[in-house]
Amino acid sequence: MDHFHIVIAGGGNAGLCAAISAARAGASVCVLEAAPKDWRGGNTRHTRNMRVAHDEGNGILTGPYPVDEYMDDLTRVTNGNTDTELASLTLEKSSELWDFLAQQGVHYQPSLGGTLSLGRTNAFFLGGGRSMLNALYRTAQALGVSVFYDAKVSALDIENGFFESAEVTHNWQSSNPRKSVIHGRAFIAAAGGFEANIEWLKEAWGPAAENFLIRGTPYNRGDVLKQLIDAGVQSVGDAKQCHAVAIDGRAPKFDGGIVTRLDCVPFGIVLNNRCERFYDEGEDFWPKRYAIWGRLVAAQPDQVGHVIIDSKSIELFMPSVFPPLQADTLEELATLIGIDAMSLNKTVASFNQACRGKQFDHTVHDDCHTEGIEPPKTHWARAIDTPPYYAYTLRPGITFTYLGVKVDRDARMIMSDGTPSANLYAAGEIMAGNVLGEGYLAGIGMTIGSVFGRIAGDTAAKRVSN
Amino acid sequence: MNTIIPITEIQTEAVRQMGVCNACRYCEGVCAVFPAMELRRSLSGQDVDYLANLCHSCGACHFDCQYAKPHEFAIEIPALMSQLREETYSRYVWPSALAPVFARNGLWISIITAITVALFIIGFISFTEPSVLFASGSEEGAFYRAMPHNAMVAIFGSVFLFSILAMSLGVRRYWRSTGAQGSMTWRSLWQAAKDAGQLRYLDGGGMGCMHESEEPSNSRRVAHHFTFYGFLLCLASTSVATIMHYVFGVQAPYPWWSPTVVLGTLGGIGLIVGPIGLLKAKREKHDALKPERSSGMDVAFLYMLLATSITGLLLLVFRATPAMGLLLALHLGIVFSLFLSMPYGKFVHGLYRYAALMRHAHEQAQINKH
Repeated sequence: MDHFHIVIAGGGNAGLCAAISAARAGASVCVLEAAPKDWRGGNTRHTRNMRVAHDEGNGILTGPYPVDEYMDDLTRVTNGNTDTELASLTLEKSSELWDFLAQQGVHYQPSLGGTLSLGRTNAFFLGGGRSMLNALYRTAQALGVSVFYDAKVSALDIENGFFESAEVTHNWQSSNPRKSVIHGRAFIAAAGGFEANIEWLKEAWGPAAENFLIRGTPYNRGDVLKQLIDAGVQSVGDAKQCHAVAIDGRAPKFDGGIVTRLDCVPFGIVLNNRCERFYDEGEDFWPKRYAIWGRLVAAQPDQVGHVIIDSKSIELFMPSVFPPLQADTLEELATLIGIDAMSLNKTVASFNQACRGKQFDHTVHDDCHTEGIEPPKTHWARAIDTPPYYAYTLRPGITFTYLGVKVDRDARMIMSDGTPSANLYAAGEIMAGNVLGEGYLAGIGMTIGSVFGRIAGDTAAKRVSN
Repeated sequence: MNTIIPITEIQTEAVRQMGVCNACRYCEGVCAVFPAMELRRSLSGQDVDYLANLCHSCGACHFDCQYAKPHEFAIEIPALMSQLREETYSRYVWPSALAPVFARNGLWISIITAITVALFIIGFISFTEPSVLFASGSEEGAFYRAMPHNAMVAIFGSVFLFSILAMSLGVRRYWRSTGAQGSMTWRSLWQAAKDAGQLRYLDGGGMGCMHESEEPSNSRRVAHHFTFYGFLLCLASTSVATIMHYVFGVQAPYPWWSPTVVLGTLGGIGLIVGPIGLLKAKREKHDALKPERSSGMDVAFLYMLLATSITGLLLLVFRATPAMGLLLALHLGIVFSLFLSMPYGKFVHGLYRYAALMRHAHEQAQINKH
């Protein structure tokens, strides 16, 4: 049996920020990471930046991003579905994160390439999220934080909202798992969402969830979230809410990460298995386009979409890691994809005839659009007529879920009767739904993780020292 | 002379792995490899030959990588690039017939060194008289009683010129094959010289090299500086000696305070401290950064440098004793072997690296111009 002042479930950005803050305040801390060391850090390992408020640029951040503008962006993407008090707190505190993380050994780099223009608003980690995590782990371990890998929280002993201990299954994936009980005076849940738990996703989405690809770690199973809700913690958000983007259909089931991103939708047409178009491919730019196509594809038969483009457009977007299918005729392409050749020909022909406009320019809302077809393509519509033809398969890729536990501004969990728990705290994706009720804003998940990780670590440490 | 070379297994794997990197790009701030990769939407075998020589094997991208083994994408850039670099040395070597010596480089270099040392000892005995092997002397001209100066100049001059010729032809092949693009500017040459001189890309983009674990460390960079600048000092020492001999007519051995001996001693110390540090770093290297097959090339070259510096310093210390003759034969044999094996061992990494850095500086300058 082990005793620590503070027991933290989850070894990602939020858990490590909490561990570092608590250890700096003098508490003894352990981090329970369900993944093996090579896979540690949950979705943090797939991130690359964090959205931070700042009043002026600093050479790497290219210009000011005041809290007010940040708040406007957040309100817009969430349609107001945010806890205003916690949102203001998060965005105000986000201005401290650049320096805080730098002190923990995290390095930054300018946003050089890629397709996102986030250089003003987002702090990019040198080497990406895994490099950032490595720095946090180094710092935490130098401060004496004990880290257990392959350590899954299999049960929580919580009496009337008061944490007593966690039952931990070590080496839970091996043939001889070992159980231990770890006592603590406070518990910080930083164990992420449940996006890798297909069974749970199916409860919300039905059988379609079988065909979802999970962009992040397979260890985000939501076990701790479920245990907390069962122990009487109030939940926020809807189990059906998740950030779903359309990704390359050949991505691995888990952990495909950034390289499965595919942003070729506006350059061609997108068909379902029946060779029907189902949405305006030219509606808008990234990231709005990016954020809706996952759901659109999820609603199609077999949760699959096929982007058809021709050689005019093949060099205009960031390639995904998988090469496209390629053929000199549409018939051959249909065979490669496994869809009906005649129907493909028909759909392409009617699309081609409907294309109007002359000034193709994919950097603005141009005048290339269709007339007389349903759904229309309102921009970037060019006939698909120049072989070779290319096809990419799209599938819904789940990045994260929104269902979480309710917290107050001290990161304390709120019980179902509305009272705050004495010693249960939460940080990161497991409580992000308080701030990000719906929608998506690049890099804000990391902001919430670091801000609430710090708050949880500080307040928990203060509590245990009293 | 842009010969199309069939793509090898390692090149194919490098093209695959760089395909993952090019879709990810998280490492673009870590070193020069990734920005150079981003300029190429699809990669050829020649492209990865270029990128491999931009890689300094600092290891940072491995520990930063979300797709490193055990991920199913199995990305292992530092180990793979090490292997590909060695392959490029043999791919572009002149004459091509000598390509196989790179595969078992350690063995070849050991054999050649043993032979050249033996030849010098035999030469000393047969061309002058056996007793020179046990001669001593620190007075002017003492070395040349063991081996006539003209013979020394003829032998070392020709092997040196041959090596320079062979290396130039090899690097020229590499340069042309990896794609000529406009004429180089002095600016790019100077940029590359600065990047090479500082080992700018052996620091993980600012965090430090990660050869042992994800804990950054500058020890490899420091050891390389000792080695490289030690080598340059030794080169300077030899150049000064040549000037002393031909311009001022003063013959070796030189007194301890002469520029030749001072530069040579400092260089020799660098060539002891540096290679030992690099050998240590090599031993401590994380398994994930080690190439699958080892040719022994790095270790062979480091031992050659060590042997050169140790025998050189021993010669300096014991030149007044009867050990001088044997030490001179040993030192000259090792130096001869070092010169001879230069185009066919690890030494060429400096030239390929410099060529790659030059291309990189040139490419980046062209982007910034547009």
